[in-house]
Amino acid sequence: MPVIPVERKPLTLAERTYLPQIVHGLKTTFRHLVAPNVTLEYPEQRPEIPGGYRGVPTLVRDPNGREKCVSCQLCEFVCPPKAIRITPGEIAPDSPQAHVERAPQAFDIDMLRCIYCGLCQEVCPEEAIWLQTQYSMTGYTREEMVNHKDRLYELGGTLPDAHHKWDKKKAAENAAAHGGHH
Amino acid sequence: MDVSLYFNLPAWLRVTLQGVAVIVVLFPLAAACSMAERKISAWIQGRPGPNRTIPPFLAWIPVVAPLLQKLGLFQLAADGGKFVFKEDPIPGHVNKVYFVLAPILAMIPALTTIAVVPFGAYLDSAGRTVPLVLANVDVGILAVFAVASLSVYSVILAGWASNSKYPFLGGVRASAQLISYELSMTLSVLPVFLWVNAPGGPGTLSLFDAVQSQSQPGFWGGMWYGVLMPVSAFIFLVALFAETNRQPFDMPESEADLVGGFHTEYGAFKWSLFFVAEYCHMIVGSGVFVLLFLGGWNPLPWVSLETLAGWLHLAGSPVLTGVLATLLFLGKVVAFIFFFMWVRWTLPRFRYDQVMKLGWQKLLPLSIANLIVYAIVIALIERA
Ligand code: SF4
Ligand code: SF4
Repeated sequence: MPVIPVERKPLTLAERTYLPQIVHGLKTTFRHLVAPNVTLEYPEQRPEIPGGYRGVPTLVRDPNGREKCVSCQLCEFVCPPKAIRITPGEIAPDSPQAHVERAPQAFDIDMLRCIYCGLCQEVCPEEAIWLQTQYSMTGYTREEMVNHKDRLYELGGTLPDAHHKWDKKKAAENAAAHGGHH
Repeated sequence: MDVSLYFNLPAWLRVTLQGVAVIVVLFPLAAACSMAERKISAWIQGRPGPNRTIPPFLAWIPVVAPLLQKLGLFQLAADGGKFVFKEDPIPGHVNKVYFVLAPILAMIPALTTIAVVPFGAYLDSAGRTVPLVLANVDVGILAVFAVASLSVYSVILAGWASNSKYPFLGGVRASAQLISYELSMTLSVLPVFLWVNAPGGPGTLSLFDAVQSQSQPGFWGGMWYGVLMPVSAFIFLVALFAETNRQPFDMPESEADLVGGFHTEYGAFKWSLFFVAEYCHMIVGSGVFVLLFLGGWNPLPWVSLETLAGWLHLAGSPVLTGVLATLLFLGKVVAFIFFFMWVRWTLPRFRYDQVMKLGWQKLLPLSIANLIVYAIVIALIERA
C-alpha cells in the first residue's frame, strides 16, 4: 500500500490562542440564535406526511362501499409479530354482495404488537388492508390499543379501486347465465 | 417624592431594608437567569424553548399572558414551586450535617458579595456622585475576592459530605480550578487599581472609585479600562468564567465524566440552592467586570452619568438619576450575562488537564507580564 505522508503544518500563533476560532464559533451560534426555529410545535403544527408512509394498518372499502377484505387470512399468516386476528365469516346469501361469498366476522389488529412492517398490505390479494397516514395511537388500557373491525374501517375509509374484480366476475357470470357465447 | 422620611429611619433599619431589597431582587434575578439560559440554549439550537406553561386563571389576560407564556416565565414559577415542594431525600451514606450545610454555605458568599458592589449611583443636589451600595467600603474589590473565594468551600464540602466518588472528584477539581484562576484574576485587576490610585491621593480599592476614575473629563479620563487595558480585561474575563464554573470551565460538574460532579447526590431545593448561588456569582462577577472595565453606570465611553443627566435635565433629581444609573448598570450586567450564556452554548468543555495548563502555564505568566508592563508604563506616565 502506498503511503502518502501528510504534511502537518504547525499551528500559527492565532490558531494556538483559539481566540479567532472562538469568535468564529460565537458568530455561528449567534446566526442560529436569530434564525427561525427548525422544530414544529407538535400538537398544533403537524408534520407533512410523505407519500408511501407506513402508518397504522387499516381496512378499506371500495368506491361502492363494499368491504374489500375477503378474510383469506393471508395477512394473519404473514404478520411477523402475529398482530392480526381474523374470524372469517360468510356473507348472507340475500346480500347484494353475496357473490363475494366471504367477509371477516371479526378483524382485530393489536397495535401493541404491530411493527408497521407493511407485509400485510404487501400480501393482501384484495388490496383491502393499507398502511395509511395515521401515526399517533394512544390508549389507557391494552384493550384500547386493539383496533377492532369497525375502527379499522373508520380509519381506513374508501380508496379508489382500479379493478372492481368481483363486479366483473358477477357480470361475467350473469352473461353466462343469460345464454353465454360459449 | 419625599425621601427624607426614609432617611430619618434608624440606620440599622435602613441597612436591613436595603439588604433585604437587594436580596429580594438578586434571588429572583438569579432564578430568572436559569430560564434565560434555557431560552437562549433553545434559540441557539433552533428550538422555541419552554413556552407552554400557563396557569388557567391567568389565561384570559390578552397579550401579556401569552407573551409571558412564550417567554417561559410561568415555567420558571412552576419550576421554583417544584423545587420547594418536591421530596428532598438525603441519601443514607452521606454525612448529614455537612451535606445539609453545603448548599447553605454556597448561598452565603453568593449573597454577601453583592454588599460591596455598587449597582448604581445618583447625583445629589450638590452635583456629587454618590454610589448606591450596601457598604461602600474602601476594600471593595478585596472584599469581593475574599468572600467569593469562600464559595469553593461549599463545593468541596458538598463533594466530601456526599461520600461517593464522583462528587468527591468534582469537589477536588473545583478547589484546584478555583485556586489556579484566582491568582490570575487578582493579578489582572492590579493594573486597574495602580492607575486609579494616583500618587498623593488617598489609596482605595473601592469599586466605586474605579468607576469614578473612568468618568473623568478628557480623552484618557473618560476612556473605559476595557479599552485601556484589554489584556487585563481578557484575563479577568477568562478567570471569571473559571471562577463561576461556567462552560467551558465547568470541570466540577462536567456531566460527561463526573455524572453531575459535586451535586450528584443532591436533589430538589438543596440542588436549586447550588444553582441560584452559581447564578448569583455570575451576576456579581458580571457586575464587577462592568464596574472595572466597562465604565459601570456611565452610558458610553467619554459620556459620564453627569453628562447624560445634564442632557436629559435630570441633574437636580437624586431619585431619577439613581434610577437611570441603576438601569444603565443592570442593562450592562444583563448583556454580560447573555454573553456568558452565549459562550456556554458555543464552546465545548475543556479537558481537565487543559484547564490546569491554561491556568498555570498561559494565563498566570500572561497576567504577570501584563502587570509588569502596566506598572512600568504607569510609572513612566506619572513621572512625566
Ligand atoms: S404492518 Fe406488519 S406487523 Fe403490522 S399488522 Fe401488518 S403485517 Fe402485522
Ligand atoms: S385483509 Fe387482505 S390478506 Fe388480510 S384477510 Fe383480508 S383479504 Fe386477506
